[in-house]
Amino acid sequence: MAKEYYTVSEIIGPLMLVENVEGAKYEELVEIELANGEVRNGRVLEVNYDKALVQLFQEPRGLDVDSVKVRFLGRGVEIGLSPDILGRVFDGQGKPIDDGPEIIPEIKRDINGSAINPYARDYPAEFIQTGFSTIDGLNTLVRGQKLPIFSGSGLPHNQMAAQIARQAKVLGKEERFAVVFAAMGITFGEANFFMDDFRRTGALERTVLFINLADDPAVERIATPRMALTVAEYLAFDMDMHVLVILTDMTNYCEALREVSAARKEIPGRRGYPGYLYTDLSMIYERAGRIKGKKGSITQIPVLTMPEDDKTHPIPDLTGYITEGQIVFSRSLHRKGIYPPVDVLQSLSRLKDKGIGEGKTREDHSDIFNQLFAAYARGLEARELQVILGEAALSDIDKIYFKFAEEFENRYIQQGEDEDRSITFTLDLGWELLSKIPRMELKRIRPEYLKKYLPKFLKEEKK
Amino acid sequence: MDKGRIIKVAGPLVIAENIENAKMFDVVEVGEQKLIGEIVELRENKAAVQVYEETSGLGVGDPIVSTGAPLSVELGPGLIESIFDGIQRPLDKIKEVAGDTITRGVRVDIIDREKKWEFKAVKSEGDEIEAGDILGEVDETVLVKHKIMVPYGIKGKIKKIKSGEFTVEEIIAVIEGEDGKEYKLSMLQKWPVRQGRPYTVKKPPIIPLITGQRVIDAFFPVAKGGTACVPGPFGSGKTVIQHQLAKWADADIIIYIGCGERGNEMTDVLQEFPELKDPRSGEPLMKRTVLIANTSNMPVAAREASVYTGVTIAEYFRDMGYSVAVMADSTSRWAEAMREMSGRLEEMPGEEGYPAYLSRRIAEFYERAGRVECLGKDTREGALTIIGAVSPPGGDLSDPVVQATLRVVQVFWSLEDKLAYRRHFPAINWLTSYTLYTDSFDEYYKKEIGSEWKEMIQKSMRILQEEAELEEIVRLVGLDALSPDNRLIMETARSIREDFLHQNAFHPVDTFTSFKKQFQMIDIILFFHSRAEKALKNKVSVGDISVLPIREDIAQAKFIDEKETNKIDELKKKIDEVFEKLEKESSNG
Ligand SMILES: Nc1ncnc2c1ncn2[C@@H]1O[C@H](COP(=O)(O)OP(=O)(O)O)[C@@H](O)[C@H]1O
Ligand SMILES: [Mg+2]
Repeated sequence: MAKEYYTVSEIIGPLMLVENVEGAKYEELVEIELANGEVRNGRVLEVNYDKALVQLFQEPRGLDVDSVKVRFLGRGVEIGLSPDILGRVFDGQGKPIDDGPEIIPEIKRDINGSAINPYARDYPAEFIQTGFSTIDGLNTLVRGQKLPIFSGSGLPHNQMAAQIARQAKVLGKEERFAVVFAAMGITFGEANFFMDDFRRTGALERTVLFINLADDPAVERIATPRMALTVAEYLAFDMDMHVLVILTDMTNYCEALREVSAARKEIPGRRGYPGYLYTDLSMIYERAGRIKGKKGSITQIPVLTMPEDDKTHPIPDLTGYITEGQIVFSRSLHRKGIYPPVDVLQSLSRLKDKGIGEGKTREDHSDIFNQLFAAYARGLEARELQVILGEAALSDIDKIYFKFAEEFENRYIQQGEDEDRSITFTLDLGWELLSKIPRMELKRIRPEYLKKYLPKFLKEEKK
Repeated sequence: MDKGRIIKVAGPLVIAENIENAKMFDVVEVGEQKLIGEIVELRENKAAVQVYEETSGLGVGDPIVSTGAPLSVELGPGLIESIFDGIQRPLDKIKEVAGDTITRGVRVDIIDREKKWEFKAVKSEGDEIEAGDILGEVDETVLVKHKIMVPYGIKGKIKKIKSGEFTVEEIIAVIEGEDGKEYKLSMLQKWPVRQGRPYTVKKPPIIPLITGQRVIDAFFPVAKGGTACVPGPFGSGKTVIQHQLAKWADADIIIYIGCGERGNEMTDVLQEFPELKDPRSGEPLMKRTVLIANTSNMPVAAREASVYTGVTIAEYFRDMGYSVAVMADSTSRWAEAMREMSGRLEEMPGEEGYPAYLSRRIAEFYERAGRVECLGKDTREGALTIIGAVSPPGGDLSDPVVQATLRVVQVFWSLEDKLAYRRHFPAINWLTSYTLYTDSFDEYYKKEIGSEWKEMIQKSMRILQEEAELEEIVRLVGLDALSPDNRLIMETARSIREDFLHQNAFHPVDTFTSFKKQFQMIDIILFFHSRAEKALKNKVSVGDISVLPIREDIAQAKFIDEKETNKIDELKKKIDEVFEKLEKESSNG
């Protein structure tokens, strides 16, 4: 039986100071018992002589200095795991909220996980078809990648994330697939949107959900992504499943972290976020990947809303520095009614190069996307020129690019909320759009591919 | 005296009291698991310790003991092809012992103790030797002859030396020291990482590091023994450039430091380098490479140490007389690790919370680069090039780490997100980047490639600068306002950008361009330009010139195999022909 302390001396925001403590350990799990018998948790943030600083996992409401009882449990924060976890719904703390039975754990794991040895990693290279041209064609996702969506408030990131979860597949393979979904501070409506979508498509039984809503205490969501990822690791590396993890909204998570940091009176970094935000986020994002000799994989799609649509805000900025690319949303495309409103120029998949090409997608893939990027960028410049000087000022070639950009947005970027495009469709669509540009301009495409593919689309054009 | 014990744990920082024989920067063993830490501050009987492993589970009262030695690396045969963490623990061996994740308190040999190496003595008994002299050699890999050097501080006469098969710990030579002491030498040495290894004298760099990257070699070359930095926002191509240099630069040894960055990027190198062939020797690139990997999710303090670990290993190979190149990706993570420790030590923060000593540390680090005359009587020369990536928040170059770096490095490759968005790679801005070495290479250029090279480069740069000015005009009044000459400048500038500067790292041929081929590529672009200028005078229209199909051949030159580059020169004749035809047509019509 762990020793009990009645020696709480301070409770400030999400922090609690316990005095005259013996042998408390850094990162140790703490149980806090209220006078009415209610039990809450926390973890040790710092030990200093006989004082232990504890971060509360639940809100401090109802706690007092005199009557609460504190126990140090001698272990870190753990989550119980078993195959029965699939299809279940938990709160942000890992307690079931779906009327199902308690999980009888086969194994318990510390939710912090531990860093994958870079030597043990296997490089992600397996193409995932999401059915989105903007992803499959231009920012290809591969198994084991971490590819966030940088969105803004009111933009359809949830629709896109749900559609990815629905449509994602590895071509030519039937494998065990699961979704782990962690909601942090999103609204009830948003959470319901996902649940309904999973239910409608029959995905719920291979999904594990952790739900921390906007009106749940902010500090509760610090543990949420870690629980979700511990479950994902279990499913991927113990149960050989391919796991897609959706974390939404990371901005809310970071704000909770800032709150704890502020309460500790740490020297704030940019915009008040703690200096260790990069490290903290990397401990979450780096839990994606593949491991040599293991069948399963963890692919992460974190979603975050950029405050004021600002990509240089610390949350998107540090995320982009860690993740393997980013899908960036554009408010102006959204206003034009284009779904998904993906700003393809700012978006990037860093792992695409090994996931595409012959035997994976098609030999011409990388040339095609390089050319599409270049052409669209040129088209946007032409558009800018047109705005300033009027259409008459455009040279003939600028006019061609101008039209290309319009068509590219309306046909390549734009697609339906239930439209699941094959990679062949996406690649051919790229050729079709490029076929309207003079051949001499297509410098990014190898001559042999021009010879092989272009005529087909030129002919179609003439019909 | 009391036993050392922990009194405070705050993240990677531990405060302890009564550590016996505590000295600054000595290594300590922390807790029951003997985690590795380093003393970074001493106040009376209290020591602040940065711990290189996860500290969870440590508590007040846990024991802490000094090893009495500073943080050091092990040096000797067996380094090449290794992958180490920030404090030189071999990650492959850790995996053998601990499985797929990094577990705390794991102890493994840094350099293999069992493996036997064929040591070939080059000195004989009775020879007078001093520090730095080469005693013998080991063929460590097909690419690297590992020179076994007399350690620093030893001078005397060889009493015994013999060739044969030895482990790194076995005695290969016995020295009768001038000081009367007898030194038994093995192939294994140690050196404290925070202290640069000595050399005889530093010399100004005079030879460019040829990287096979066109924009770098032609416009912004770095010297063997020089320093360069690559700042840029995320996704602008810092890591790809570092990888490209590690692959294709003509250095003898590559030390690649992944400091606080992605795990998969290290895996990428690990899986790719053994497969890729060095264009000069035809051997796998891994055979000259050492990797240091302290990824972002690995302990922060070890991130701080990783750049020192890397550069010390680099100096050791430099001392053998090699040209060594160090890539550090990213130095910002190193600086942030310093900031985190400084914050926890409650030091007075400077700009952006970085410690006041940030610029000094950065300057000291880059100062370890250089072309040097090594210790030892044979006056051999070694070179250490340092190329650091910098990751400023939001890509903002006013960031203190960028600024401190720019004050010391000689080459600035400025990556721009706008170029990256339009997939112009490498996204090095040709107008804002610079190198301070160009004049140092005059001799080299004259000898290796032709004295006209410099002029060609200057001319190309002028065209690019003019393009930038003309673009302004076009933006205001449209393309029609430009004279034919100016329109031609725009066309040629575009050709320089798209056909020369743009280089696809993932294309099998384009990924590397020899210096000779670079010359040919620039040459053909400028040849076309001069010929076009002449044609303009002969009343040919710019419009007709800009759609000449031969331009497609110039654009494809980058994809011509290194063995067939004469095809580029052959284009000249064709260019002449098409222009003559144009001129005839326009004078007839
Ligand atoms: N030379 C290049 N050729 C082709 N693609 C490149 C090149 N440089 C960068 N890229 C593209 O840009 C992406 C981001 O580059 P990276 O070096 O990872 O950026 P950073 O390290 O600055 O965040 C790469 O994944 C790749 O797709
Ligand atoms: Mg990078």
